[in-house]
Amino acid sequence: MLPELSTTVCFILSGVLFTIGAVGAILRRNVIVVFMCIELMLNAVNLVFIAAANTLASMDGSVFVFFIMTVAAVEAAVGLAIFVMVFRQRNTIDPYEIDLLKG
Amino acid sequence: MDALGLKDLAFIALAAAVIVTSLMMVTRKNPIHSALWMIAAFVVMAVIYLLLNAQFIAVAQVMVYAGAIMMLILFVIMLVHMERGDESAPAAARRSKTVRIAGAVITAILLAELLFGALLFQVTGKSGGLSTAAVNSAGNVKTVGALLYGEYLFPFEIASILLLVGIVGAVVISKRK
Repeated sequence: MLPELSTTVCFILSGVLFTIGAVGAILRRNVIVVFMCIELMLNAVNLVFIAAANTLASMDGSVFVFFIMTVAAVEAAVGLAIFVMVFRQRNTIDPYEIDLLKG
Repeated sequence: MDALGLKDLAFIALAAAVIVTSLMMVTRKNPIHSALWMIAAFVVMAVIYLLLNAQFIAVAQVMVYAGAIMMLILFVIMLVHMERGDESAPAAARRSKTVRIAGAVITAILLAELLFGALLFQVTGKSGGLSTAAVNSAGNVKTVGALLYGEYLFPFEIASILLLVGIVGAVVISKRK
């Protein structure tokens, strides 16, 4: 039986990935890349769930990751539908051009 | 600290790979390249899940994230003509130096907080009864399934309603008037 991984390194990796995602979400100006960065941040959270569940000898982490994946899939479907709708109306999805809520 | 085992070496290699692929994802100018690097990052992440004894989640990761979600994203990138590139010139010009510095500061603080938490945490909480050996003898998918359809049945049904609402919402939003 192989020895188990340390939880700390998993948490550090997750923190680094979350930060990369956050940097991308803050600095990029392409809505779809921002969207992918948010998916990356969700994945970092999933890694924490799996690592903690592995440490605590529990399977609840897998169940929670399953629910997070469900929410991420719904978010992708609705978010991308919104992009398509905005593109159809304005012919661009540049975030600086999308100001539909301005009166 | 004793000698690094095979699993640790594999984990270090995979961690480096996932960090490199996600950095490439964030820095590529072309969104299609970003999406392809993202698929690579998701697949490497699935292997990390395998190392952490979460086989079901590893398979679901490849199918749901690397398969379904990224396919949808690539589809939309091509649909809205973003293949060539990304930021229009005025948008790039409007991103002033202040914004860059503020972003850098915010992310530095975020990384410091996350590393602080990761290095100083203590595992509290009661250890569950499902050790790796017990789960592997029963089967990982069987254990997850028993939990999903037993203890977590109500959240599971709510998740299915959420998926239904999401599908209907996506169809309604993107329908041509």
